[in-house]
Amino acid sequence: MYDKEKLAQINQGLTEYEKNWEKSKEKLAAKGKRAERKESFVTGSGFPVKQLYTPLDIADIDYTTEIGFPGQYPFTRGVQPNMYRGRFWTMRQYAGFSTAEESNARYKYLLEQGQTGLSVAFDLPTQIGYDSDHPMSEGEVGKVGVAIDSLADMEILFNGIPLDKVSTSMTINAPASVLLAFYIAVAEKQGVSPDKLTGTIQNDILKEYAARGTYIFPPTPSMRLITDIFEYCSQNVPGWNTISISGYHIREAGSTASQEVAFTLADGIAYVDAAIKAGLDVDTFAGRLSFFFNAHNDLLEEVAKFRAARRIWAKVMKERFGAKKERSMMLRFHTQTGGSTLTAQQPDNNIVRVAIQTLAAVMGGTQSLHTNSKDEALALPTEDSVRIALRTQQIVAYESGVAETVDPLAGSYYVEALTKRIEDEAWAYIKKIDELGGAVKAIEQGYIQKEIQDAAYEYQKEVESGKRVVVGMNKFQIKEAPPEGLLKVDPTVGDLQAKKIADMKAKRDGNAVQTALDELREAAKGDTNLMPVILKAAKVYCTEGEICGVLREVFGEYTPIQVL
Amino acid sequence: MDLVQQVREGNKVAIARLITKAENEAPEATAALRELYPDTGRAYLIGITGPPGSGKSTLTDKLVKEIRKRGKTVGVIAVDPSSPFTGGAILGDRIRMSDLSLDDGVFIRSMGTRGSLGGLSKATHDAIKILDAAGFDYVFIETVGVGQSEVDIVKTADTTVVVSVPGLGDDIQAIKAGIMEIGDLFVVNKADKDGAEKVVIELGQMLELNQNMGDWYPPIVKTIASTNEGIVGLVDKINEHLNYLANSGELIKRRKERISNEILNLILKRVTTKITGKLSEENFWENELDEILNKLKNPYDVTDRVVDEVLL
Amino acid sequence: MADKIRVLVAKPGLDGHDRGAKVIARAFRDAGFEVIYTGLRQTPEQIVAAAIQEDVDVVAMSLLSGAHGTLMPKVVKLLKEKGADDKLVIGGGVIPDDDIPALKEAGVAEVFTPGTPTSVPIEFIKTHVKK
Repeated sequence: MYDKEKLAQINQGLTEYEKNWEKSKEKLAAKGKRAERKESFVTGSGFPVKQLYTPLDIADIDYTTEIGFPGQYPFTRGVQPNMYRGRFWTMRQYAGFSTAEESNARYKYLLEQGQTGLSVAFDLPTQIGYDSDHPMSEGEVGKVGVAIDSLADMEILFNGIPLDKVSTSMTINAPASVLLAFYIAVAEKQGVSPDKLTGTIQNDILKEYAARGTYIFPPTPSMRLITDIFEYCSQNVPGWNTISISGYHIREAGSTASQEVAFTLADGIAYVDAAIKAGLDVDTFAGRLSFFFNAHNDLLEEVAKFRAARRIWAKVMKERFGAKKERSMMLRFHTQTGGSTLTAQQPDNNIVRVAIQTLAAVMGGTQSLHTNSKDEALALPTEDSVRIALRTQQIVAYESGVAETVDPLAGSYYVEALTKRIEDEAWAYIKKIDELGGAVKAIEQGYIQKEIQDAAYEYQKEVESGKRVVVGMNKFQIKEAPPEGLLKVDPTVGDLQAKKIADMKAKRDGNAVQTALDELREAAKGDTNLMPVILKAAKVYCTEGEICGVLREVFGEYTPIQVL
Repeated sequence: MDLVQQVREGNKVAIARLITKAENEAPEATAALRELYPDTGRAYLIGITGPPGSGKSTLTDKLVKEIRKRGKTVGVIAVDPSSPFTGGAILGDRIRMSDLSLDDGVFIRSMGTRGSLGGLSKATHDAIKILDAAGFDYVFIETVGVGQSEVDIVKTADTTVVVSVPGLGDDIQAIKAGIMEIGDLFVVNKADKDGAEKVVIELGQMLELNQNMGDWYPPIVKTIASTNEGIVGLVDKINEHLNYLANSGELIKRRKERISNEILNLILKRVTTKITGKLSEENFWENELDEILNKLKNPYDVTDRVVDEVLL
Repeated sequence: MADKIRVLVAKPGLDGHDRGAKVIARAFRDAGFEVIYTGLRQTPEQIVAAAIQEDVDVVAMSLLSGAHGTLMPKVVKLLKEKGADDKLVIGGGVIPDDDIPALKEAGVAEVFTPGTPTSVPIEFIKTHVKK
């Protein structure tokens, strides 16, 4: 970005500066004083940080090919030309607990508070394809999200919420087809045709194997379910984001920022590969791929991470997969602030952490954002703490000024150098994963899991040794009274759901259910698209557990590799 | 009730406690084993060994399930290395066998090598005897095939199954020539992966080179443990080998060898304990080391003296 | 030589967040314990069967899903029924302070909440294991 003469001048200045600094250090040392407050300076992910960054650090980065303009390849500066000057990111709080009735009330509250999209959290039995009355569901029903057993629950969940007016994100993976089918069926009952629907399903099974743990089926049939959704939606639900390829949970499991980018994009490559192998043209589905990242406390490293991720994905899509449409090359992403960065100690401090992370996501160019509530290290968030979290986004949007111009940190020597460094490290990982045969193979061999666990253990040791300071937890502690007013889920939800299932089963058409499940079984054994048969089963009130049960029967279940 | 009697009756709490006592070298363990000895020798011992990542645990899980279908009971001992620095270990083989935990006819025990230099410890042998005396029809001993353990396993088991997989780099080189001579069955697991056929061919070629073969020609069995493919056939082959051992007299021969090895080891262990005990008792290291260092004495005379004093 | 401490690290229920369980498993190993790791989605029955067969001194359960109130007491109860209630049962994860008295009442010896250094449960185990 600078001519040679200018760079030489800067280099000379830098040498001078370093010489002077060395002298100052010696003087201080002579007086027995330390020049620096710690031995080494590293980013949140543990990478060395220099004292000073100058144009020399970014001299090799070509502005036109590597940074460019927003809305243009390689999209380093953002996917839209004017970013938040058009409209803010979607403020989307992940919510859902207990029964469909209670969650429905929470959604209506959030929409009234100015939230612009819904994000549904399902309980673990729903995420793993068990009905609420299954023995494995004991103690789990309605705990980390809402319990949805059949279309009947889904109808209640979106009661009074017009599905053509709201975009809905659903955190659902292994049984994504089933929940999407429920959603489409509810919409039809509201008189909304599928092509009017907008929203996202997470549908990212690879990170479940690698980091989050809510898998059901082995990789091969899981990848089929995913590509079936890609194909079905491209024809019938064109406004739907068919997958949200997630680094969030990889980071939560303990990875570094570069690993988050690398493993997420490697998963993305695996999905694109699978879809192309299934006969889809890359440009028919790639534009509906979306991503989901974490935002941690190291503000500048996080901004760099988002910028690097966009640049890499654009190159992957264009160069590796030969995508033609610009939209196929755009990495659009949702962000959630880092749950694992929150402390149970002095929970009010978490509001500040979330504010920093919000800045990172916004200056990194996110398309939508969930801000965590301060009490999430303790329990499910209360309505009050959810409101503060939402207000944090609104303050950043309306008061901070960072949304007034596009990619405000571009050109910072440090941020550009960091962006490049994360990009380089991520490419190295992607190359290694390619050598192992791709993300599916790398996960099957436990490679990705091991890398994440090593980083997590390293982090824990640093916190315990005090090398890494977590305010309020390992430094500046106080004696605290136990927090009050935490949200509790009614322990009888399980019984309540079980009764609802029994009532629903008594009313539905048993023959239609049997026929639909038989058809599903046959289809699963073959290789046709499963979405239509799943939708049919959903409409006649087959339960999620029944549908997944048939698929378990045909596909078997995944058993994880032991990596420790 | 008496622990020994409870073990005989197959009480799992008692079996588990006695194995712990054996691992901790508690004196009661030796007494109990002495009492249980007449109840041993009925179980069929199968060693499973192979490099890390070969899918041994999954294979064992599936073999056990197949044997259970045939109405027999199974004990499993899964040995993993202990850290030489802290003595700690993470024993994770159960992950692959979770749903066997609740089967009454199955008992799974994970053991760390605890400083036995990679080989099978005395405690492993004790645990085998305890499971044998408790009445399990089959006892599987699963070890990582590195170092001493894969040689030890052959001395311990009636039938040794060597597991390999495609794609571990120097496929066959990972299996040392030694193990080629002692494997009774060879399994190529993950046989749906690229390169499986190559492993089969290479194994076959190495077997052909082996001169020391008796009447049993070790079969090479392809499996995909994760989907249960080849498992029924593998159990058939294992049983076939058992019949061969029994009918050829090889079983008696192997067991006699095992007993003599075991006794030798017990003697060595006893003698070692006695000698190290004596040495520390007379403060040997402090008193004589300087003299040896300064060449006033030599190591050979000192050795002669100590051995004579202890043994004679 | 002191008898080796054996610990079962278990993930009861459907919760897939195993970062904590795996970090603590490694820390236990580095403290010289023998750690038996069960993997995800274990029912209380499976955990108890494993604890018995492995004859562990400690059953350590990690749970972030909110199902602790149901699953942890059930493990204690089943251990008792099977005659294996000499084991120290401890828990960790996102567990509200309000819930801890009930868990202790049910026989869970100690509960470690987020932010606890791994040295704390390690010391707790060393002090409380009945050897």
